[in-house]
Amino acid sequence: MTELTELGAAAAARAIHAREIDAGELFEAYRERAGADELNAFTWVAEGPPPPTDPAAPLAGVPLAVKDLFCTEGIPSQAGSRILEGYRPPYTATVVENLTGAGVTLLGKTNQDEFAMGSSNENSAFGPVLNPWDRGRVPGGSSGGSAAAVAAGLAPWAIGTDTGGSIRQPASLCGVVGVKPTYGACSRWGMIAFASSLDQAGPLARDVTDAALLLSHMVGHDRRDSTSVALPEPITLPTAEDLTGIRLGVPEELLAGGDDGAGIEPGVRESFEATLALAEGLGATIDTCRLPHAPHALSAYYLIAPAEASANLARYDGVRYGLRVGGEEDLATMYTRTRGEGFGAEVKRRIMLGTYALSSGYYDAYYGQALKVRTKIADDFRAAFARFDFIATPTSPWTAFELGSKADDPLAMYLNDFCTVPMPLAGIPALSIPSGCSDGLPVGFQLAGPAFSENPLLQAAHALERAIGFDGSQVRA
Amino acid sequence: MSSSYEPVIGLEIHVQLRTRTKMFCGCELSFGDPPNVHCCPVCLGLPGALPVVNAAAVDFAVRIGLALGSEIAPRSLFHRKNYFYPDSPKAYQISQYDVPICSGGCLGDVRIHRVHLEEDAAKLVHIGSSGRIHGSDRSVVDFNRCGTPLVEIVTEPDLRSPEQAHEFLTVLRTTLRQLEVSDVNMEEGSLRCDANVSIRPVGSARLGTKTELKNMNSFRFLQRGIRAEIVRQQELVAAGEPVVQETLHFDPVSERLTSLRSKEEAHDYRYFPEPDLVPLLVTPEMRAAAAERVPELPTDRARRFEAELGLRPGTARDLAFRRELSDYFERAVAADAGATPVEVANWIPQLVERIGSAADPAQSRVGPEALATLAALVAAKRVSRDAGREVLTTLVAEGGDPQAIVEREGLGTLSDDDGDGLAALVDSALAADPDAAAKVAQGNMKAIGPLVGYVMRESKGRADGGEVTRLIRERLAEQV
Repeated sequence: MTELTELGAAAAARAIHAREIDAGELFEAYRERAGADELNAFTWVAEGPPPPTDPAAPLAGVPLAVKDLFCTEGIPSQAGSRILEGYRPPYTATVVENLTGAGVTLLGKTNQDEFAMGSSNENSAFGPVLNPWDRGRVPGGSSGGSAAAVAAGLAPWAIGTDTGGSIRQPASLCGVVGVKPTYGACSRWGMIAFASSLDQAGPLARDVTDAALLLSHMVGHDRRDSTSVALPEPITLPTAEDLTGIRLGVPEELLAGGDDGAGIEPGVRESFEATLALAEGLGATIDTCRLPHAPHALSAYYLIAPAEASANLARYDGVRYGLRVGGEEDLATMYTRTRGEGFGAEVKRRIMLGTYALSSGYYDAYYGQALKVRTKIADDFRAAFARFDFIATPTSPWTAFELGSKADDPLAMYLNDFCTVPMPLAGIPALSIPSGCSDGLPVGFQLAGPAFSENPLLQAAHALERAIGFDGSQVRA
Repeated sequence: MSSSYEPVIGLEIHVQLRTRTKMFCGCELSFGDPPNVHCCPVCLGLPGALPVVNAAAVDFAVRIGLALGSEIAPRSLFHRKNYFYPDSPKAYQISQYDVPICSGGCLGDVRIHRVHLEEDAAKLVHIGSSGRIHGSDRSVVDFNRCGTPLVEIVTEPDLRSPEQAHEFLTVLRTTLRQLEVSDVNMEEGSLRCDANVSIRPVGSARLGTKTELKNMNSFRFLQRGIRAEIVRQQELVAAGEPVVQETLHFDPVSERLTSLRSKEEAHDYRYFPEPDLVPLLVTPEMRAAAAERVPELPTDRARRFEAELGLRPGTARDLAFRRELSDYFERAVAADAGATPVEVANWIPQLVERIGSAADPAQSRVGPEALATLAALVAAKRVSRDAGREVLTTLVAEGGDPQAIVEREGLGTLSDDDGDGLAALVDSALAADPDAAAKVAQGNMKAIGPLVGYVMRESKGRADGGEVTRLIRERLAEQV
């Protein structure tokens, strides 16, 4: 690790502003590291001379890693899928444009589970990403490339997307900070869609301050995304050092873990409880709270997300872009061969689930029912936030698991998202910070707040982060 | 045709809205431009692109709803209608499903079920052979049309004959044209119509099994297609065979109906709420702005022509359903030249006959005041009806003032105070046909026809029939 790349992103931006370091040199240092990536975190790394930067811009030329599913003009954007082989979009996602407008330079595109469907990054057409803490283990997913790149110091920060936990869970498994903002805070224009009513962009960073800084330049209403909204106030850099007066609710339903004995791992529970004790020491009050419908969140999620995905992914038909297999025979055969060879197993599974859930005669029993559960979950959170400022849970029930260990058991894989899925269903913001290690692997601590509570959430996370004192520098070496 | 069964017909009409840009993106609408020049990530369905609702299209839909007397939903929803086909780049169409923007209403005596907003598909061009997909060598896609705003207008099954369907469409087209929301041109595809057809025993309230006739591209074909389908269904029923629910294509050349797909093959569109869009809100302000752009519509105008101007229903509709005719008519009435509206209206078909049925009379040489003056001259019997027609022919050819033409051409009515011209003609008529004269003198008024006819012929139509009759009777009375 050079001195340059050991600087956090916010610190690097300050150093560039002060002309203590040169943005071009910083870019070269990261490009060298990203180019030597042994984790398969990147699917594309910038070539040629460093892009021109404006040292006066807020983000001053600090390089950024971008999840593959963000469209970047003229640069491969495949969402981790073979079906978009060779696809270079004619336009750039709003979030990426906002960030380059604020001065970041595009370092590379990061590997991910295909179309953001997965919790291990094993579902990528580019192969799995390895966890920098233990290369025999998964980095989590779907933003596994972004999380691993930040954890290993291949990038100062990165952006990812979260649909059911795809920022927070890999952040947890890789020991970095990940934020899923309120639905609508970041424009989805140019984000290759998985489940439109849940997808949200967010930052992955080494610490809460960097995450806040990156997020502050991502958000904003975009007239090209009707579901985007302006935050009531700008995102500010957190400074809180204590949690005086903060009421934390611990939902017993989520602490129980999922059914089938897939509860919270002891090491994870231990780290979680230690963090609660720290929070109490910082002045927070802690009590159990009820989210009665939260245990049904996973079921609702695995109907709603695949249903939307089944429509969102129907456009990949080989007619206009990306992969086409055959084409000399009739149309249906070309469709079938292209989609058969272009999509991976998990994507096909979800397309089939979603198609079934929306089918005539089944809609009410599945999709319709799931929408009702979704409303109930949002109601649960509203009720909880009347008593508590934030809800606290472990981010993932487990630490990073071994590559291949859950690949053949989709239900066990889905349980990864047990604690992260309720929040996107309710559209509320949540973040994950490293709370320590269990058997040498990082554990994540999740905080969720009401809609548009990003600033208070980041403040609380900042105070906790200081108290926890997590050190991830060893994997950046 | 068995008369114990009656047809039941409902129409689904797709209307392309004449907005500047497409339904969900900023691409311009076009017709006849080179293929694939008006497209962008949104209307090409590129990954990551998102739709944004066109406010003008919403305004047009509200205008249509208000004109049809529909209920305008303050909050309606867009849904995705899923189907795989190369004309649909997203593989779903954004449409409205359970909560459309307009519900109910009517046009004339046909009830409207709903009006909803959606986007048009791309245009597939099949190369080779017939231009239809079957037997073509390959197909190419033109995305210029993709994403054009459409409203779908669905009627209740209130129509009972192909002629009525044709009539309804004519009124609808005029209405939409007056609303200035569409070109409503069937040849260019800005108006497209599907018909649901079933038959049932006369007096039955139950609907029979319906078939759907797809995409007929002219009013005439639509009428013929429906007629052919009614005959086909009646023959089936007569033969004791069931009508099968299916989608049919009508070939106007062979007059044959072919099945496109049966009920079993019907698509499952898997509608669900479009998550990329928020609910569509129509505020009272939007509604008021749309209402300002709703002019008096043909059916209302026809009603007014009947009620206020005393026109017969047929005349009122003939005028009101063609805006250029009714506008011209109203200007002629407003000229207040001395003829009643009914008298003025009677001259309009004469004018149309002379300038051609597609022409706008306002563009002719005959000003509405001139027509009104002519109608007044004839009404005052200062020009006979036949002579009036001659004057109109001259007006159409040269323009000018009817009075001046009458004087120049000597077309004024012959009367008894017009020297002895008319009196002399009457005398010659009595002399030429003494038998008839005698019969009339004895009170047999039927015999007066040949005498009047003689005078009319000899005066070349300048004589007034009523005046001639009066003079004949006067002369015969003198003779007694």
